[in-house]
Amino acid sequence: MSLITVTSPHTTGQRNHTGAFMRQVIYATIPGVAVLTWLFGWGTVFNLIIAVPAAVIAEAAVLKARGRDVRFALSDWSAALTAVLLAIAIPPTSPWWLIVIGIVAAIVVAKQLYGGLGMNPFNPAMVGYVVLLISFPLEMTRWIAPHEAPSWFDSFRMVLASANVDAFTGATPLDSLRTWAGNAEQLANQPILHGTFAGAGWEWVNLAFLLGGLYLLARKIISWHIPVGMLVGMALIALPFWLVDDVRYASPLFHLFSGAAMFGAFFIATDPVSAATSRYGRLIYGALIGVLVWVIRSHGGYPDAVAFAVLLMNMAAPTIDYYTQPRSYGHRKAKRGASR
Amino acid sequence: MTDYKKISMDGLWNNNPATVQILGLCPLLAVSGSVVNAMGLGLATMLVLAGSNFAVSLIRHFVTPAVRLPAFVMIIAALVTVIEMLMQALTFELYEILGIFIPLIVTNCAVLGRADAFASKNAPLPAVLDGLMMGAGFLFVLLLLGAMREALGQGTLFSNMQLLFGPMAANWQITLIPDYRGFLLAILPPGAFIGLGLIIAGKNVIDKRLKDAAKRREAAEPKTSRRVRTTGTVA
Repeated sequence: MSLITVTSPHTTGQRNHTGAFMRQVIYATIPGVAVLTWLFGWGTVFNLIIAVPAAVIAEAAVLKARGRDVRFALSDWSAALTAVLLAIAIPPTSPWWLIVIGIVAAIVVAKQLYGGLGMNPFNPAMVGYVVLLISFPLEMTRWIAPHEAPSWFDSFRMVLASANVDAFTGATPLDSLRTWAGNAEQLANQPILHGTFAGAGWEWVNLAFLLGGLYLLARKIISWHIPVGMLVGMALIALPFWLVDDVRYASPLFHLFSGAAMFGAFFIATDPVSAATSRYGRLIYGALIGVLVWVIRSHGGYPDAVAFAVLLMNMAAPTIDYYTQPRSYGHRKAKRGASR
Repeated sequence: MTDYKKISMDGLWNNNPATVQILGLCPLLAVSGSVVNAMGLGLATMLVLAGSNFAVSLIRHFVTPAVRLPAFVMIIAALVTVIEMLMQALTFELYEILGIFIPLIVTNCAVLGRADAFASKNAPLPAVLDGLMMGAGFLFVLLLLGAMREALGQGTLFSNMQLLFGPMAANWQITLIPDYRGFLLAILPPGAFIGLGLIIAGKNVIDKRLKDAAKRREAAEPKTSRRVRTTGTVA
């Protein structure tokens, strides 16, 4: 069976090189990083400062070992982007070695061992995240209660000296939902669940990443199919369950603005290498990620699920492309499975 | 003339069941979480391989090709049952830890593969050697993978060796990193897959280096020395 090999982006023009696109995606994370810093302190910024050089060094080392042109491969900024995405995804309280292990898993194992940029079947940042999540569940679930942000010095100590962080940590909205789902009285008493329009604090994080995502759409760095598919898929499966039992299941609005929903929809799922590529395929790919996120959040073992959902659908992407291959001009629609 | 050296090298390196034939992956990946588990299963598999190769070689002239596979499986199953009962009697705790993977040695393709590919065509002595060496090659990879995963996952080596060697082995544990928090991924199944991938890659690298070195030696040898000099000088 022959798989489609076309991948985005399809543009022409002077700035049509990979590095420019990767840099645009990095710029688009700025509002999200700003809100994370406002809510949770400087931890995310410190993670970024550690992650980007670590990723560039790891990438350069493997490229050299593989006998590739190091300067050329580094100029595509993909290692930096992976580092930025992973640094945003992990908690701002995490010690420095956590992000370094994650970066090595992402760059060396998930990306370069498979052949480098364009060859990796899985999203490198999410492989790094999942490696950390299943290896160090304690560090990876220690989020700061919103608006309890530690000073920059406390953040610095958490990152470098593994200082005691318990004074600042609190449950995220998704943690609270997991703990108290089905208990109407407790749900009403959790202030974290009742922000301005969704989970407290996290609504603004998601709004900021939505803003960055809209910028990417406006600049045509990403197409609308995957984010829309994912968000609509998530909302559509959440709606009936919430209508039937709103004590056990959260509302679609809460799901859309909690955890990594917007970040995942615009920045993670849209990775051009590991996602589906045909137009219908992207819609299906996005929608199934949305459904999986809701299923794992509501019934799985972890509070958030974007990383698992994206990795699972990465596996399905070639099959989705195979069955949604567009009709090429001048030919009739190919019948799948028919002998030629 | 049987080449015993070739049989040994095939089992240990050139045709290693784990890194070249990629057989017996299920137990290899499942029980290589620590050195003691790896050694327990590796030794059991080695004994079964040697025993089944010996028995199959003895009956090779009496079993017709049509019924050979069921006959071989019967022999292997009987041997595995013996090993299982022995482990139950001698190393009960390890037997409990390894659980279903001891009876599953029957389904290890490496065992049936050697019986069919080698033992059924060779005399008993080479067949036993082949089984031992194939088993040793498998044990070697299991131990390497077990050591890698135990060191990364728990920061120790040779912990709980008393399960296999009795009370005298209780203090064999080497703590590589004190107060190590553990890298859970190495103990979990993904660690087994990634570790085996790295081992196979490492073997391929060594093979390539050896091949390149041999090629260089051949090229460096002066051509003239190969000719038999008759009279005068050779240009």
